[in-house]
Amino acid sequence: MDKMIVSPSPHVRSGTTTAKLMGHVLLALFPAIVAATIIFGGRALMLVGFCTAIAVVLERICGIIMKRPDTTGDLSAAVTGVIFALNLPPTLPFWVAFIGLFFAIVVTKQLFGGLGHNFANPAIVGRIVITLSFPAAMTTWTEPFTADVTTLATPLASKSANMLDMFLGMTSGCIGETCSVALIFGFVYLCVMKIITPTTPIAFVGTVALFSFIAGEDPLYQVLSGGLLLGAIFMATDYVTTPVTQLGKFIFGIGCGIITCVIRFYGSYPEGVSFSILLMNIVSPYIDMLCKTRPVGAKKPSKKVKEAN
Amino acid sequence: MPFWGIKLDHHKTTADSQTVPIPLPKTVKILMSQHMGAPCDLLVNVGDEVKVGQKIGDSAAFMSTPIHSSVSGTVKTVEDYLLASGKVCKAVVIETDGNQTVCETVQPPQVSDLASFVKAVKESGCCGLGGAGFPTHIKLNVDIKDKPIDSLVINAAECEPYITSDCRELIERPDDVIDGVEKVMKYLEIENAYICIEKNKPQAIKIMKQKTADKKNITVVSLRSSYPQGAEKVVAYSATGRIIGEGELPSAKGIIVLNVSTAGFISRYLKTGMPLVEKRLTLDGDAFRTPCNVMVPVGTAVSELVTFADGAQSGIAKLLAGGPMMGMCLYDFSAPITKTNNAILAFTEKLAKNKEPKTACIHCGRCVAACPMKLMPTELEKAYEAKDADMLRKLKLNLCMNCGSCTYVCPAKHNLAEVNQLAKALIR
Ligand code: SF4
Ligand code: SF4
Repeated sequence: MDKMIVSPSPHVRSGTTTAKLMGHVLLALFPAIVAATIIFGGRALMLVGFCTAIAVVLERICGIIMKRPDTTGDLSAAVTGVIFALNLPPTLPFWVAFIGLFFAIVVTKQLFGGLGHNFANPAIVGRIVITLSFPAAMTTWTEPFTADVTTLATPLASKSANMLDMFLGMTSGCIGETCSVALIFGFVYLCVMKIITPTTPIAFVGTVALFSFIAGEDPLYQVLSGGLLLGAIFMATDYVTTPVTQLGKFIFGIGCGIITCVIRFYGSYPEGVSFSILLMNIVSPYIDMLCKTRPVGAKKPSKKVKEAN
Repeated sequence: MPFWGIKLDHHKTTADSQTVPIPLPKTVKILMSQHMGAPCDLLVNVGDEVKVGQKIGDSAAFMSTPIHSSVSGTVKTVEDYLLASGKVCKAVVIETDGNQTVCETVQPPQVSDLASFVKAVKESGCCGLGGAGFPTHIKLNVDIKDKPIDSLVINAAECEPYITSDCRELIERPDDVIDGVEKVMKYLEIENAYICIEKNKPQAIKIMKQKTADKKNITVVSLRSSYPQGAEKVVAYSATGRIIGEGELPSAKGIIVLNVSTAGFISRYLKTGMPLVEKRLTLDGDAFRTPCNVMVPVGTAVSELVTFADGAQSGIAKLLAGGPMMGMCLYDFSAPITKTNNAILAFTEKLAKNKEPKTACIHCGRCVAACPMKLMPTELEKAYEAKDADMLRKLKLNLCMNCGSCTYVCPAKHNLAEVNQLAKALIR
């Protein structure tokens, strides 16, 4: 060796990369995708595939236009695509999904500088845009195991579903939100693999349960219905748009829970999970500012120093 | 501060390898500045005969320790040597005569009280191993009337991967270690001593437990194997539950932390008077075909060690003095071993290069969770990029001990620890 490498310490790195973390999230989403396919059929699976592919393609096109390095390899676009798809009704027209993805990947993520710079969860913004623009398409549900379009309301609106059906996902609703057991599988996987800490989901779900109890609603019903588990496990734990410390994550989860319940019980929309996460995404930098860690043994700055500053 | 630390691969390949002496090198190069504190003035001239243990450098400054010859032979040249800090110091090149004649001045020191003990330790040339190499006598020089010390923490955590030299001290010379501990306890009137060993050294723990079974005030503490368990503040906390605050010395909390090899050395010095002239080093890394533990005279060139451990200079892409987490890169095979070295690691290109490119911070918080000081490396990086000195101070940059945990865990491969070192220059 003519020249030995000279670099500052440390000289070893962990094998963890952004792509690997995102890969684990995709794996954790897998049970939900399988459950959706069983419950809602091939159309649902096609929609998931379509959204994932389009998300990746949009990410690549943005990269080329904005002359950024290819970031599709970090799998974050694929994760956004899947999560977005799981938030859609099974029969949603592909072109509507495309519009949502455009807002997710191009507007929310890439225009703000790509992964790590987006202020809000792209999938949520995409979903909210189409919910507001295409309310009819976004509330057209199908019966499980049939392709029949139903006029029936989702369990959250009807308040009359059977608890076991909701647990297993045999109710109408968005592709990935109905099967609680599949989502919980994903949650356990993410925690065991240390991809996420359980703080946010537990704070979020716990707050909803408690709030429901106080408001005289059935806590378990509220937890299992709507997109709560999908949101709490996969969207409120997005790294980029949530606080970095455990205390911050805890506050974030509680905030999401309160807003969700306020919208569900007193608002005009039946579902508040997406809005609550979006709102908390926006205040997340402020939570971060207030929830700094306390360095070990740090001295409180004395008054004099403060004045001098 | 519940301390979690991070998990590293231990690579303690050499844990069972008995320390062997290397063949005496033809020449040694002894630096006049081997650790923090004032550099020494030269006491010998070109052409002088020197013997083992003879003092060849000294300084009037208190924050300094004398330097002794590790060999017997003739002073060939005195040259300037560029240190990693960018400073230049004198280096004495001694041609060995092969006899290793011991100097007449090497006599057991007269020690009767704390003052004479501290003086003896200063004369021994002893300094700590924490990279910076804090002179040991300064740690021991406390006013015990004013600030009594009740706990002596012996640091044998050895949390850096690969390195086993402290582990070998425990296994090969347990009686020296215990005697050194008792001497320090005696002169500093310390009630309790804790010998802190990471769980991944079961043999050392077993030996020490046996040897201290009848000693009520010496406790062997087995620590979780997690990095950086051996950092001074962390090991002090693990042993005593006390937190050493910002800008505080351990003595402010009634604690003295000594490295285990230092304790063993103090015992031997008090018995023989032989100053610190040789070091036990771990030679390991994938570029060495025969990883081992060796005893080498201070001033031995690294190239001798490469040959001894069956490494080919051409195959080495990265050469480290110290462990992979905090060690420093050497760029020259002629670099001499100093008193503060405890390992030389050599890696081939396969392990030396960081393969993954740096990508955008994804705000995952892993660096925050990993930091033993509970700092926020990602925030520090942002503050450094914004050149916001006030923010850097507020985030307590000064508490960063450059342990490298943050860089290790970052999935986006940011050089967070390095950034902190650069940032320190900004607020200085
Ligand atoms: S290098 Fe500094 S900031 Fe990074 S983990 Fe270690 S102490 Fe914390
Ligand atoms: S570990 Fe790396 S990616 Fe994660 S928050 Fe820290 S700097 Fe950002």
